[in-house]
Amino acid sequence: MGLFTEAFVASLVLGAVVAGVPLLLGGLGEQLSEKAGVLNIGLEGMMLIGAYAGFVLAYETGSAASGFLAGAAGGMAVAALMAVLCVRLGLNQIVIGIALTLGAEGITALLHNVRFATTYPRLDAPETLAIPVLSRIPVVGPALFDRPAIVYLAVLLVGIMIYVYRCTYLGIALQAAGDRPAALDAAGVDVVGTRTVAVLCTGLFAGLAGAFMSIVASGVFVPFMTHGNGFIGIVLAMLARGRPLRVLGGALLFGVCLSLTTALQVAGVDVPTDVIQMLPFATVMLVLVVAGRRASLPPALGSSYERGAR
Amino acid sequence: MNVERTTRSAAWARAALFALGPVAVALLAGALLLLAMGVDPLAYYGYVAGRGLLSPSGLQATLTRMGPLLLIAASLIVAFRAGIWNLGGDGQFLLAAVSAAAAAPALAAHAPVWLVLPACLVLGAAVAALWSLLPALLRAFQGINEIITTLMMTFLGVSLANVLIKLVFRDPATTVPQTRTLPVADRLPRLFDTTVSSGLLIGLVAVVAVHLVMTRTAFGLKLRTVGANPGAALHAGLPVPMLTVVVFGISAALAGLAGAVDVLGTQGNVRADWNPAYSLTVVPLVFLARFNGFGTIAFVFLFSVLSIGGESAARRLGVPGYFSLVIVAILLVVLGLAEYLDQRRQRKGED
Repeated sequence: MGLFTEAFVASLVLGAVVAGVPLLLGGLGEQLSEKAGVLNIGLEGMMLIGAYAGFVLAYETGSAASGFLAGAAGGMAVAALMAVLCVRLGLNQIVIGIALTLGAEGITALLHNVRFATTYPRLDAPETLAIPVLSRIPVVGPALFDRPAIVYLAVLLVGIMIYVYRCTYLGIALQAAGDRPAALDAAGVDVVGTRTVAVLCTGLFAGLAGAFMSIVASGVFVPFMTHGNGFIGIVLAMLARGRPLRVLGGALLFGVCLSLTTALQVAGVDVPTDVIQMLPFATVMLVLVVAGRRASLPPALGSSYERGAR
Repeated sequence: MNVERTTRSAAWARAALFALGPVAVALLAGALLLLAMGVDPLAYYGYVAGRGLLSPSGLQATLTRMGPLLLIAASLIVAFRAGIWNLGGDGQFLLAAVSAAAAAPALAAHAPVWLVLPACLVLGAAVAALWSLLPALLRAFQGINEIITTLMMTFLGVSLANVLIKLVFRDPATTVPQTRTLPVADRLPRLFDTTVSSGLLIGLVAVVAVHLVMTRTAFGLKLRTVGANPGAALHAGLPVPMLTVVVFGISAALAGLAGAVDVLGTQGNVRADWNPAYSLTVVPLVFLARFNGFGTIAFVFLFSVLSIGGESAARRLGVPGYFSLVIVAILLVVLGLAEYLDQRRQRKGED
């Protein structure tokens, strides 16, 4: 049991939270879009713009909160573009999604190059919000309950999404927009409007996820820093099949795997980073092979809705 | 007959307009971006064209770059036309590259070059095809969405390639982890008296062959039917699961061939953490050409000029190579819009 020292467990839990929150936010966002029938391959791009916008504002104003607002706005701006092109005009969602990701990668790298390439400024660690009592649990308390407020917000969002999907009119409309848009239209609800709301919220979540990566997780902006996290978010959403709690579980699982490297180094075990990095993906493939059920994605996923079209 | 000729030439003119119009708009938008960055767009484009197209060494580098890109394009055309979203090209590419890079120097010591190179190309293709087997089977027999599985396998493949380089095939003579370097004399032959790798020929042959198979043969028709309407294909008695596995195999083998060609023709070895991520950049090009092989060749050429020219412009004018990503992104959006406007115009004509 020499491996499971306090330092190891603490750094594992902390790492899982830091790596898991962007995945949770991104996954919840993607889930919302997919529910409404929009496959959002541009998630990575929305996260990256959120990361850059968040970093710039947090750097300029010195306030992490305004950074998060800017990140959310940045993600929503990309999402607005996606909503116009894919939901209003009905262009191919996969093509536009890839275009948005490539464009966001290029633009943020260029902007970073113009402004920060020589200085590489670093942000101060954001203020944390300690939850009374809980944060004093030995070993894992500080890692779980003495975090920036955004972490609690992300977890709270899981509950909010469950409530929205189960108990609200909007949740039913979202579900119908993905399952049978024509029926929703016949019921007098605006399909395009419903999907637009979904895509914009996805942008908001993804922007927050990106801002979390630059403001909280690393404190710097580096080109291409989202590093496939958006794509993992897409996978989480697809595996979770519409259940927000499963996104939370998946994000934690991936987070633990991603943070295992640092934690093992703390414990003095030298395992190649690349082997550890394979763990979460290998886990997903294993789950798919073993569980092997037919993925129940919304029937209208990926196709645009046009009234009266056959 | 005269009428037929006019409509045909009109169709060609329309196709050309549709291909070139978005390119012009994208370059224009790129020019505005350059202006915003304080760079003279004319100087930049001039420099890119000069370095990527007009100088002999630049043109040769551009043509060499085209080889692997064309093979990736061929890989994507097969998959996309058959309705399969193989987004795992990067993992397939890298694993094939690493296997070819590991095998070639080892074999070159014992066998003649004309035997080693084809063997390594086949090895790369086979490794990549094998890497796609799991997503293929899951899609064919469990109906699991291949976008998830191929992306997962690509992340896995990139890490596995690094593990192989660092732990298994590492060249003990170098400090940086990389595979043993294939001597220049043992690489893929160059074309005539130029520095252009014969990978270009392999790429061109692959794209044209894929185009012809998909559009002119019964096999291609079967695959396109599966892509257009899997339900109908099943109803028509086509062995859909079998065809799905075959498409994955061909698509991945071509992506693997791209990796092997890049290593055996240009790179000579694979360094740890090397990942050119060609696959995701070629996806838009294939879409721009609407899965047409010849159109793809044109767009791949254009992109190669931009990226080779852009790489030297990055050093000279201080505009990073990321700029070409932005151009491709704008190009995609503009093309999508052009297509939308055209459809709306046609529908108005029908009413």
